[in-house]
Amino acid sequence: MKKLSVKSVVAIGIGAALFFVLGKVAIPSPVPNTNISLQYSVAAVFAALFGPIAGLLIGFIGHTLIDATSYGPWWSWIIASAFFGLVVGFATMKMHVEEGVGKKEIIFFNVAQAIAHLLAWGLVAPVLDILIYAEPIEKLFAQGLMASVSNIITTGVVGTLLLLGYAKTVVKKGSLTKED
Amino acid sequence: MAKAAILSYIKRKSLVHELTGTTKLIFFIIWSVASMVTYDTRILVGMLLISVLVFKVSKIRVRDISVVLGLAAVFLVLNNLFVYLFAPEYGVEIYESRNVLLTIAGPYTITAQQLFYHLNMTMKVICVVPVALLFIACTDPSEFAASLARIGVSYRAGYAVSLALRYIPDVQREYQNISQAQQARGIDLSSKDKFFTRLKNSVAILLPLVMSSLNRIETVSNAMELRGFGKEKKRTWYVQRRLQRNDWLVIGFVVLILVVDLVVTFWDGSRFFNPFV
Repeated sequence: MKKLSVKSVVAIGIGAALFFVLGKVAIPSPVPNTNISLQYSVAAVFAALFGPIAGLLIGFIGHTLIDATSYGPWWSWIIASAFFGLVVGFATMKMHVEEGVGKKEIIFFNVAQAIAHLLAWGLVAPVLDILIYAEPIEKLFAQGLMASVSNIITTGVVGTLLLLGYAKTVVKKGSLTKED
Repeated sequence: MAKAAILSYIKRKSLVHELTGTTKLIFFIIWSVASMVTYDTRILVGMLLISVLVFKVSKIRVRDISVVLGLAAVFLVLNNLFVYLFAPEYGVEIYESRNVLLTIAGPYTITAQQLFYHLNMTMKVICVVPVALLFIACTDPSEFAASLARIGVSYRAGYAVSLALRYIPDVQREYQNISQAQQARGIDLSSKDKFFTRLKNSVAILLPLVMSSLNRIETVSNAMELRGFGKEKKRTWYVQRRLQRNDWLVIGFVVLILVVDLVVTFWDGSRFFNPFV
């Protein structure tokens, strides 16, 4: 494994802290007794900025801390969170957010996050749940589908707006013109 | 956000506190693996008894963690309910027999097998809860990175975990400040507003939070770079302690549990202990 740079180490630490804090914040969703998971929008943005390893570890550390401080770790979903960060990080590796965000980048980011959410909650989490907890398939896939859809919408709206907001603050190359 | 129910380190004097962080980490990992692998009722009952015993020894009181236990209970009840709603005959499938105790309506009957399956499923989760809570409540966070390094995790990753633990309170405070400032400006996150408005409003809090976090990353990583972080292959830890006799005993004990667990679970070729046939 390539050595993590100092900046990635810090980004993982603070990213995981953000993931944790947002995971504990309760913003009600339309379905009763469920909350919007804002943490995945931030995880996706950080994965796009700092790469797949950072995405993986932010998901893993952040989610483990959330679970361990509430009701004991539910490993299958923790691994799914880590997987989500990894996939978004890989998919957006060629995308240089620092150089501005246009239509192309937005579409790319959203396709990446949608695929990552579908795979994480529709495939990785339920399959691991079957292997580890032997829960009935019907329940798991219904649950996985619900989670994917709500997470895709949330990350789509919030993540995109965060990315646009971030891009606005970065000074673009060649933004200065020489005065005559 | 009201005061969130977050478990943290509780300093006391007990046998569990005296063990090194490394021992507790190994215990926690092996214990979770053992509970994940098995579905054997006898093993689960044994593990449950041991975890309650460890909890007694730790001198952490139920009162200290009552909020967290409440959350766990709600989670378990909901999970059981959903499993039953989606698959009321799942236990019959697993235990290959059917004793109906009660018929509710349509496909929803209560069978002894289904109840037994729910019992096992619940025990599987419950026997990890005390150990996980104790791991958090009895381990000094500053010892945690050293423990990770000790079991072979790269010190960079260990340091990232330390940083996360260090910055959670800061990020939390910042979130609250920004959120209150935005609420004063009329930005609402409660269910009074429409769902998409709420989502858009959350960006008004998240964007400043993300930007300030990025600044923080810049500052902290510069400081670490200046102090030469990551130059050497290895690193020493101020808080690292040597393993004592008790540590080796505990590690030996948990490995023994894992072995017994694997042998009993897979002896007859099935993960499930079946009392019905």
